[in-house]
Amino acid sequence: MSGKESGYLDMELLRFTTAGSVDDGKSTLIGRLLYDSKAIFEDQMEAIERVSERSGHEEVNLALLTDGLRSEREQGITIDVAYRYFATPKRKFIIADTPGHIQYTRNMVTGASTANVALILVDARHGVLEQTLRHAYIASLLQIPHVIFCINKMDLVDYKQEVFDKIKSDIDAVASKLSVKDIRFVPISALKGDNVVERSGSMDWYDGPTLMYLLENIHISSDVNHDDFRFPVQYVIRPQSAEWPDYRGYAGRIASGVIKLGDEVSVLPSGFSSKVKTIDMMEESLEEGFAPQSVSITLEDDIDISRGDMLVKKNNGAEPKNSQDIEAMVCWFNDRKLMPRGKYVIKHTSADARCMVTDIQYKMNINTLEKNEEDKEVGMNDIARIKIRSTKPLFFDSYSRNRITGSLILVDEATNETVAAGMII
Amino acid sequence: MDQYRINHLKELEAESIYVIREVAAQFENPVMLFSGGKDSIVMFHLARKAFWPAKVPFPLMHIDTGHNFPEALEYRDRLMEETGTKCIVALVQDSIDQGRVVEERGVNASRNKLQTTTLLDAIEGNKFDAAMGGGRRDEEKARAKERFFSHRDEFGQWDPKNQRPELWNIFNGRKNMGEHFRVFPISNWTEMDVWQYIYMEKIELPSLYFTHKREVFNRDGVWLAKLPFMQLKDNEVVETKDVRCRTIGDVTCTGLTLSTANSLEDIIHEVASTRTTERGGRADDKRSESAMEDRKREGYF
Repeated sequence: MSGKESGYLDMELLRFTTAGSVDDGKSTLIGRLLYDSKAIFEDQMEAIERVSERSGHEEVNLALLTDGLRSEREQGITIDVAYRYFATPKRKFIIADTPGHIQYTRNMVTGASTANVALILVDARHGVLEQTLRHAYIASLLQIPHVIFCINKMDLVDYKQEVFDKIKSDIDAVASKLSVKDIRFVPISALKGDNVVERSGSMDWYDGPTLMYLLENIHISSDVNHDDFRFPVQYVIRPQSAEWPDYRGYAGRIASGVIKLGDEVSVLPSGFSSKVKTIDMMEESLEEGFAPQSVSITLEDDIDISRGDMLVKKNNGAEPKNSQDIEAMVCWFNDRKLMPRGKYVIKHTSADARCMVTDIQYKMNINTLEKNEEDKEVGMNDIARIKIRSTKPLFFDSYSRNRITGSLILVDEATNETVAAGMII
Repeated sequence: MDQYRINHLKELEAESIYVIREVAAQFENPVMLFSGGKDSIVMFHLARKAFWPAKVPFPLMHIDTGHNFPEALEYRDRLMEETGTKCIVALVQDSIDQGRVVEERGVNASRNKLQTTTLLDAIEGNKFDAAMGGGRRDEEKARAKERFFSHRDEFGQWDPKNQRPELWNIFNGRKNMGEHFRVFPISNWTEMDVWQYIYMEKIELPSLYFTHKREVFNRDGVWLAKLPFMQLKDNEVVETKDVRCRTIGDVTCTGLTLSTANSLEDIIHEVASTRTTERGGRADDKRSESAMEDRKREGYF
C-alpha cells in the first residue's frame, strides 16, 4: 500500500479528557473537533438534525452528538463518561468526555486516569470559577502530563486580549499550588471555530498554536516511564503440548521501563532471580520490550511465579516499595461512605488482597485546595488522604513516578462495587 | 525516547490482549462470542496472540439466527478446524421451537431481537461467567458509554446508570452468584482501526467482505441479499449488483454496500472516504432513536 493509506499505519495514539460545565460549550467543542476532522458521518448528522428539529432547536445542535442515552437526551445532561474517536493523518484520538457537575467528580477522575492531555474549558465571560480550580486540581492529582486551558466563547467578549490575559494570569497564580508539568492556554470560540482547527482571523494578538495543532504535536512519548522496568505477571502460559512441552511464559503488559534479552531480573515477592530468555509476541520474538507492550516473557530458570507477582530488572535504580502499609490519596465513588477501620478488597496491578483503612488523615476541599483535618467523613466524590494496611505485601511505586504501579482501587466486599480510586504517595 | 514508541494499532492491540488475558485470569468459565464478522475475527486473532503458543483457553460461541450467509459459516468452520478451537453454536431456531420466543411476522421480520433470549439462555445453560464480544464504542452512541467490563445482573440486563468506574488498567470482575460480565476487548477500536489492523496482520476474511455479484433488492434505501428465507414486498425487484458486506450479521438486517473493492487497500480507501457509518446499513438500528440502548438493556450483545 502506498501514499495515504500506509501513512495511516504510522499514527500515534493520544488520549485526552475534557472538563467543563454544561454551559462552557464543551459538547460544542467536541462536536466541532469531530465535525472539522470529518469524524461525523452523514447518517449521524441526519439523526441529530431530526432530533434538533423535534426538540425545537433553531440550529443543528452539535452537542447532541455527544449525548448518548435516552435519559440524558430527555434531561439535557451527560451522566457518564462517553468515549469519542477521531483521527487526523498524524494521530488517532480517544476523547474521554466527562460531565462537569460537582456530583460527577468520579467521572472526571475516571476519564483522567488514562489521559495524556486534559482540556479544561473556561468561559471567557465568567473567568476562573470554583469548578475551574476543581478541574485543574483533579488533572494535577491524576498527574495528567499536559493541561490545555481553552478560554472559550472569545467571540462573546469581542475577542479581547485583556480578557484572555487576565484569565491566564489568574490560572498561573493557582498553578503554582499544583503539579502539572506542562500548561498551555488557547483562546477559542468553539461555536465559530476560532483557533480550534482553523486559525482565528479575529485574534491577531494571539500568535500561539491552534488547539488541533497542539493535540497533534504535543510530545507524549517521553511521558511514559522508560526508566524502571516493572512487569506485573498477569497470566502464566503453559501449553503442555507435544510441540511446546516445557514452555512457561509470564504474560503481562509492561507497566514501565525496558527489558532486553539476557537482562537479569528478580521476582517479587520470592526474591529469586534469573535471566530473560525470550520476549514473545506470538511468532514474533523481540530483542527488547518496553511499556506499554503486552508480551510473554520466558526465563532461563524454572521458578515458581504466578499472577500477582512482579518481575523487576536488577541494577535498575530503585526497586519498588514492598510493604503492607500504603498511604494514598483516594477519590470516593460510592454512596456508602468510607468506613473507618473498614475492610475492603484492594486491587493493585495484577494483585488482589484484603485490606483495612487504618487512618483518615485529612479530606481535601477541592474548591479551595485546603486540607480539612476535622471532618473525616468521606462520601461520594470526596478526596482524602488515607492509610491502608493490606493482608499481604504489595509492590508499588509512588503514583507521581509510575501511574500503573502507583494506582489502586478499593472494592466493597459486600456489593463488589468499585468504591474508590487511589493514588499512592 | 522515540525509539520506544509504538503506533496506534500496536497500542490498541496491547490494550486488547491485556483485557483478554484479564478475563482468562479473573473468570472461571469465560466464552468469546463469534459471529463470523470482521470484529469477532479480529478479537479471536487477538486472543490467539494473547495465549500463544498455548491454545485459546476458552471456547467460542456463535448465536446462530439460521439466517446466515453460507460463506460466513464455511469461514467459521474452517477457522475453528485450523486453530483447533471449540465453537458452541446456539440456535435461535431452538429458542423458537421451545417456545422461549415467538418469531416476528411480516416482511420486515427479523430474528435479530430474538437472539438476546438465545444468548442469555446459552450463557446461563453453559454457566458462563463472562462473555467477550466484539462491540466497539464508535459503532453507536449507547455503546460509547459501555465499559470494558460491563456488569450484568441475574437477568442479564445492562443498567447504564449503575456501571463500575474503570480507572487505569484495573478491571473489577467481582460479582455475585448468577451475575455475569460482558467484556468488550476492542472497545477503543474504530472501523478504520479494524481494517488497518487486518491489513497490517494479513488476517484472512470471509469472501463476503470483498466485491462479488449478488442478487439483491432495495428496501428503504438499504440493499439486502436475496436469499431463500427473505420475503419480498410486491414492489421490490431483484437485481444483480456488485456488492460487498461492510458488516456481517443476520442476513435479514445486513445492508450491502455497492462496491467494487476487491482488496484490503481498496476497502481502506473506501472506508476513508465513506460518509455513512457502518451501522447505517443496519435495519435493526433504524427501528428507533434508542433501539440499541433498549436492546442492550435487555441483554443484547
